Formats: sequence, C-alpha cells, structure tokens
Amino acid sequence: MLGRMEGKYDVVVVGGGPAGMGAAIGARDSGAERVLILDRSLEAGGILMQCIHSGFGLHYFKEELSGPEYAERFLEKVIDHDVDVFTDSYVSGIAIDSDGTKGVHVMNKEKGLFTVETRSVALAMGCRERTRGAIRIPGTRPSGILTAGLAQKLVNMRGYLPGKRIAILGSGDIGLIMARRLVLEGCEVVGVFEIMPYSNGLTRNVVQCLDDFGIPLHLSTSVAFIHGRDRLEKITVAPVDQDFRPDMSRASDIECDTLLLSIGLIPENELSQRLGIRLSVVTGGPWVSSTMETSMPGLFACGNVLHVHDLVDFVTRESLLAGQFAGEWAQGVRRPKDNIGLSPGDNLRYCLPHSLSPEREHTIYMRCKEAMKPCRIRVGNLMEKKLRFVVPAEMIMLKIKPDLLEKFHGETLRIDILPAEEGKDDI
Amino acid sequence: MYDVAIIGGGVVGCSIARELSRYSVGTVLLEKCSEVGFGTSKTNSGIIHAGHHSSPGTLKGQLVVRGNELFDTLHRDLNFGFKRIGELVVAQNEEDVAVLRKLKTQGEEKGVIGLEIWDQKRLQREEPNLSHTIISALYAPSAGVINPYEFAFALIENAVDNGVELKVESPVENIDIEKSGFVLNTPHEKIGAHFVLNCAGVFADKVTQMVGQDEFTIHPRKGEEYMLDKRLQGLVRRLIFPVPQKTTKGILIIPTFDGTIMVGPTAQDTDDRHDVSTSLDGSRRVFDSVRKICPSITTRDTITEFAGLRAVSNTNDFIIGTTKVKGFINVAGIQSPGLTASPAIAEYVCDILRAEGLSLEYRHDFMPYVPGPPRFATLNAEEQGQLIKKNPLFAKMVCRCELVTEAEVHNAIDHGARTLDGIKFRSRAGMGRCQGSFCTVRCMDILAERLGLPFHQITKRGGNSWIVSEMVNTQHPKVDKES
Repeated sequence: MLGRMEGKYDVVVVGGGPAGMGAAIGARDSGAERVLILDRSLEAGGILMQCIHSGFGLHYFKEELSGPEYAERFLEKVIDHDVDVFTDSYVSGIAIDSDGTKGVHVMNKEKGLFTVETRSVALAMGCRERTRGAIRIPGTRPSGILTAGLAQKLVNMRGYLPGKRIAILGSGDIGLIMARRLVLEGCEVVGVFEIMPYSNGLTRNVVQCLDDFGIPLHLSTSVAFIHGRDRLEKITVAPVDQDFRPDMSRASDIECDTLLLSIGLIPENELSQRLGIRLSVVTGGPWVSSTMETSMPGLFACGNVLHVHDLVDFVTRESLLAGQFAGEWAQGVRRPKDNIGLSPGDNLRYCLPHSLSPEREHTIYMRCKEAMKPCRIRVGNLMEKKLRFVVPAEMIMLKIKPDLLEKFHGETLRIDILPAEEGKDDI
Repeated sequence: MYDVAIIGGGVVGCSIARELSRYSVGTVLLEKCSEVGFGTSKTNSGIIHAGHHSSPGTLKGQLVVRGNELFDTLHRDLNFGFKRIGELVVAQNEEDVAVLRKLKTQGEEKGVIGLEIWDQKRLQREEPNLSHTIISALYAPSAGVINPYEFAFALIENAVDNGVELKVESPVENIDIEKSGFVLNTPHEKIGAHFVLNCAGVFADKVTQMVGQDEFTIHPRKGEEYMLDKRLQGLVRRLIFPVPQKTTKGILIIPTFDGTIMVGPTAQDTDDRHDVSTSLDGSRRVFDSVRKICPSITTRDTITEFAGLRAVSNTNDFIIGTTKVKGFINVAGIQSPGLTASPAIAEYVCDILRAEGLSLEYRHDFMPYVPGPPRFATLNAEEQGQLIKKNPLFAKMVCRCELVTEAEVHNAIDHGARTLDGIKFRSRAGMGRCQGSFCTVRCMDILAERLGLPFHQITKRGGNSWIVSEMVNTQHPKVDKES
C-alpha cells in the first residue's frame, strides 16, 4: 500500500505495527495535519499479521480478536484518519537540523534514496527476539534451531512446518502460543524448558497453550547442549541451580529435530542508537519523559521499541498518547518540562515513563523483578495500594492523578513493591 | 581424464586450483560439502600472519612470510575483504617481554618487516581499551585480516572462470590406482586423473590411506570462537595476541574485516573429526583469557559462537610432497598459519608437480580478476544512490542488522551461493545480531525462486540441514480449544 508522499510532514512514524498505527492516529487526533507511516515490510500491521491466534483487543475493543483482525481495525482507522502510509520502505537514518526540522532518510524500490522532512518523529520499530548467541548454549550448530517468532512466520504466513518433533526453550508468550499451534498442525511438542523458576509468559497462555494440550512445562531447567551435525538430533536438558548453572548429574537427552527459542525480546533501537538518543540499559529502549519524548527534542517513542509489552492493547494506549504529544509538538505546543523523576525501588526492574509532571494524569508501566503475593505498591510517600500478586511476566500499571503529584516536593519519586502488611487496607 | 584432481575445497585446495588455472592443465576440484570453504576454512580466525610466530626451521615457518607477501596482489585481483590492520603481541610481565624480544629477532631473521617494540605509553595511546597491566607490546604492521570464506569463494570462482571444474557434494570414497592414473570414486561418478592432490584437511590421513599409505596421521585440534556485537566495533584496532604458548598462539582479540570483534580460539584436541561443538568450558577459557587483555569484554556481548578443527599432523608441521605412490601428492597437516601460507603452498605444489613431470604452460588468456561483491552498507549516500539507479533492488533492505540489500543476496547467488549459509557468508545477510530471525524467510524466497527449489529442499548448508519439513496440512480437522 502506498500513499502519496510529498512536501513536509508534521509527524513521521517509523514502523507500521500496532505502535506506529496508534501513534499516527494519536497525532492526527491532536490536530496534526500531515502524518506519514513508514514501514519496512510489504504491508503494515507488524508482527500482529503473523499472530493468527485470538486474545487481542480484550481491553481496547472489549472483544477477542485475532492479530490480523486487530491490525485490520487499526488500518481502517489509519485510513479514515487520512494518514499516509508507505510500506516496503526502510528508514536508514534521521538528520536533525538546527531549527529542529527532521529529515528522515528513506529507501525503497520505487523512489530509491530520499529524505522526508518532518517536524516531529515517533519511533515505533518494535522489538526482536533474543537468539541462541545471546544465551550461549554449548554444542553444535545444526539447522532446526530458530526463534519462536520465525517459526510462527513460517507456519502462519508461509504454511511450512519447522520440523516434526519440537522442543521449546523459554516460556515467553510466543513460545507458548507456538507450542499449541504446532500441536494443532500435527507436530509433537516434547516440552517447554524454562530456566527461571516461573513462566515468562502470561498465565492465560500457560493454561490455554500448554496445560490444555498436556505439554509439560519444566521450570528451573535449561538446554545444556545441542547435538546434531546437519540437522538438530537431540538436546541435553538439565535442571539448574540458583546461579542458573546446569546440574549435569541430573541431565537427560531428548530427541527432537527442532528447538524453538522463546527467551525474550529486545527493543530494536539501532536507529535510536545511531541518533545518539539516551537509552535505558534496563529496558533497552529510549529514556522518555511523560510525553513519551526521548532525550532528543521532537523525537518520541512508543510500543515495544520503548519497552516490551505483554498485550497489544497496552501498546495501543501508550502509542496513542505518544502520537498525541508528537502531534502537539509539531504544532508548536511545548508542554512544561517534567519536574519529578521516577525511579524503581524494591522489587522493580523498571518503571516508565522516566519522569512525570503534576500537569496531567499519568499511567505508569512497571515490571517487577520477582514474583510476590500478596503485596503492595508504594509510591514515595504519596500512596500505597494492595496488589493481589506481581509476577515478572505481567506488566504492572498504575494511574497517578495530578492532585496527588502536587503534594510531592522532592526531585525523584521512588516506587517500591513490598510484601503486604497484615491487617492494613488500601490507602 | 584430468591432469590434476584436487581433493578438498578449503582455502588450500582452492588456492592450488586457482594457481593451476594459470596453466594449460585440466584440473578438477572435488569437495564433499555443498560449497567450498565450508569445513575448517569457514571457521578460521581469518588472520594473515606477519610470520614472526613460526620457527624458520619448519615448512610452515618458511611458507608463511611468502604467503603474507602474496596477499596484496591476491586481494587486488580477487577483491575479497583484506586489510593489513597490524598485530600486537602483549606482555604482562618481564618474562613476556623477553619472549617479545625473541619473537622480534626471529621475525627479523625471516624478513618480517616493520617489527617494533612498544612501551606502555605508546600502547595506551594506540589501544586505549587494553588492560593497563600490559607493560609492553610487539607491533607487526604487516599482519592483516580477511574473511577466509570469501577468500575461498573468490579463489574457486576465479579458478572456475579459468577452466577448473568444481564438483561439490562429491566426497571421494575410494581411489583406484590404475596404469593410466588414478580413478577417484564419488557417490555419483568415477573421475580419472594423472595427479591427485590430497588437500582433505582433517580427513587427509583417511585419503592417503585410500592409496595404501599411512605415513602421517591427523589429530584434529578444536578451536572455539565467539563473535561479539557490532556495537563493540573499534574497541581494539589491531589484532591482539597474548604471548604465545607451546601449542597455540593463545586466545586473541580479532577485529574482523567487517569490523565485528571476535575472540578465540581455544585449542582442544579431539578424536571426533566432526566435533565442531562449542562448550561452557571453552567459553569460560576464552573470556577469562581475553578479559586479562581487554577488561571491558564480557560474555554478554556474544552474538554467536562456533568451532572449527585444525588439521594438526603428527609432525606438527605441514606435510607437503610426493609419496611412494607416484602422482599422489599430500598437502596435509595445514594448521596455522595455513591460511596465510596458502598462496605460497599453491606455488610450492606447482613446483612439485613440475618436478614430477607435469608440463605447466602459462595460459595467455588467464584472467586473474573477480569482482568483489557490492557492499551497500559500506558506501556513502551518493554511491548508494548510484547503485540504486542501476538496480532498484539495492533499495530493498533484506537483512536489517547488517544492512544487506536484496541486490546483494541475488549477487551472492549469481556467484555460487546455493544454501542459506552460502548467502550469509557471501553477503552477510543473517550474520548480525538477530542471526537471521528476520531475513531467513526472505532469503529462502529468493533462493527458491532463483534455484527453482521447493522450500523444503532449501538447506542451511547442504546435506540434511533442511529448514522446513513440509507444508502445513490444511485438510486435517482442527481442534479449537477456544471455541
């Protein structure tokens, strides 16, 4: 799909997945006139297009949709919002002029190399999967070891099976979804092996994709060796100790021709890195203010390029907001600078955004380090709230109202997840 | 009937094939894998040694300096990636410094140019990221890096352009000695030749046994290498060696031709000639050793790892020469610095063939050049624009990690790639940090289209290394747990 592309834009969105589409719509809704989405794939929709399972949209649309259905609804909105979309177009860089104008360098088959001028940019490049190299599994290097997402693409988009007898390392959501998918296609899934003592996927996926199909989930277990010369022949699995070292005395071999890796996602920030945007070492995504603005003025970020989300519904919510602020920025609106820093305290890996302003209500996205139940969340000395449980696989969200923030006079607000206190109710 | 049959398409076999293609002789090269360079050569560290490490009393010590010299011309003609980035042997204590002096003297005697001892101050200025515990270093400016697989591809391409026949997937299973010469039996055919060159790497002793000889044995020595993320590019600018040990030059920091940093190799003897597995122990050894030299490198920087087997002979030297079987010539035991020496080995082997009565007449139509592959990512915007104007497929990004375009993938196939690894090692598509998660399907599409293959016949590297098993069956009834 190719829209027109000429003249100067208000907002250029890099990436046409759910985050990019949300940002484009948010920008148009804020009053920005000219908005362009650039996507490197042949069609917009991003990874949603290969997620043919259902479970999308429960929060945003209050109904259960498949990935392509969810994408389709947003594509319609994008078109209704008169957003230009250029697919099969690769963004190779962004130049920033002294007056703040941005030149987005694009290449595609039709127009070759060219530059699109814009006032603001929303980064929505999504994320990629961690690979075998990232966790250094010893052994040989046969074919048959692939990320769960690549397997998903082969099966759902191209109609090919990656193998017949499948083992899955890591219990990320895509791995769990693919376990079920491959069983439905007649493959044998011998088990899911997770090095952590808990699943890294959503509980609902463990139940619906593994338990319902009798696929075993082996926690605190990892793949300790890969065997096979040309094609994967077997794997050695072993329970791990507290330091995640395999206990080879309890290792066993499992025959399989395919090993799917579902061992985590990494925000894809090569472009951001080249621009010199400040990145968080924890999330792997840009450092953003409460307007989703990165360390570079007029450059915004949202979706999985910012931090990895569990549900697309939350990506949409976050990117509509980022789009709104990117659109405002293009129209010359300058919000007051955030004056409250936000920092993760006890049992929190990160919280986003990285700063707040008492000007508006905020939704804070957080991820804990360890499972805890029951527990409470404490926001500085401002509020405390009981939580039934927290697990690393599920994002924690918290709304903070402006009147509460007005009471805060420090520089940095610290958020902690703490064990529940006996007999104490919500504040 | 060929004049010469070369068994083995590693850098040694390919170098000889290319050297022979200068002359009016009928040459065939038999390779057991689906492409050349897919054995030991592919996993080589890619270093063109200055030559001061090996003793002048050995054949490898004699051939290495000449080999090094030949690389400038080779690179000019064949356009594989080659850069003389220089190397540093670093000393942590006074004993090491004494070794540096010895290496310097040894090198100078052998004619290695430009050797210098650097003090700590100079070293820290030139290589600020190295450990401050290093007190001195021996600098050798003539050392360089290449991509060994590209070298093998370029050599064979040029050899084939000049009339050499290449037969891949042709393992030699046995050899008959007949009056008229040798008959080499592969699973597909019988190939006759007057001379046989045994360049079979880790299998060279097995091949020599096929003609009833057993004068040497090969004892594979495994080396594990760890490739680090490209963001570390520039961490060191030269090859960094610790002071050499008895059996190995030690674990190195290698800024590869493409700028990616690689660390390794280990040195582990193994009986299994197929054992190219990496190990926890190996990784520990590599990173422990490297951190002493460059403390900021961590295991977390790894994007991929691999292992290869050095074809170490029982003499611990190259075994190149005639045998009791007239016409059967061994080119075996080619361990480090075999890659560097390979062009010199090729010359040396031609001399032997000449001495054995093969008439080598120079061909006036010999064409020494192979164009290098286009490297879109390394060009400036203007050059990129020109390429795109010529071929719009240059504007289509296939591998987003290494910035490889569709035109480059096609070019890889034009120049012989038949597998995903063939594409990867020619174009770099799939070599980056996502390790092919995004571009594999696109590369398979292009391979399928160009070679007219169904998807399930596409392999990673030939043989049984299939990627997909079969079509999803759309006929069988499905259970939908969620309805």
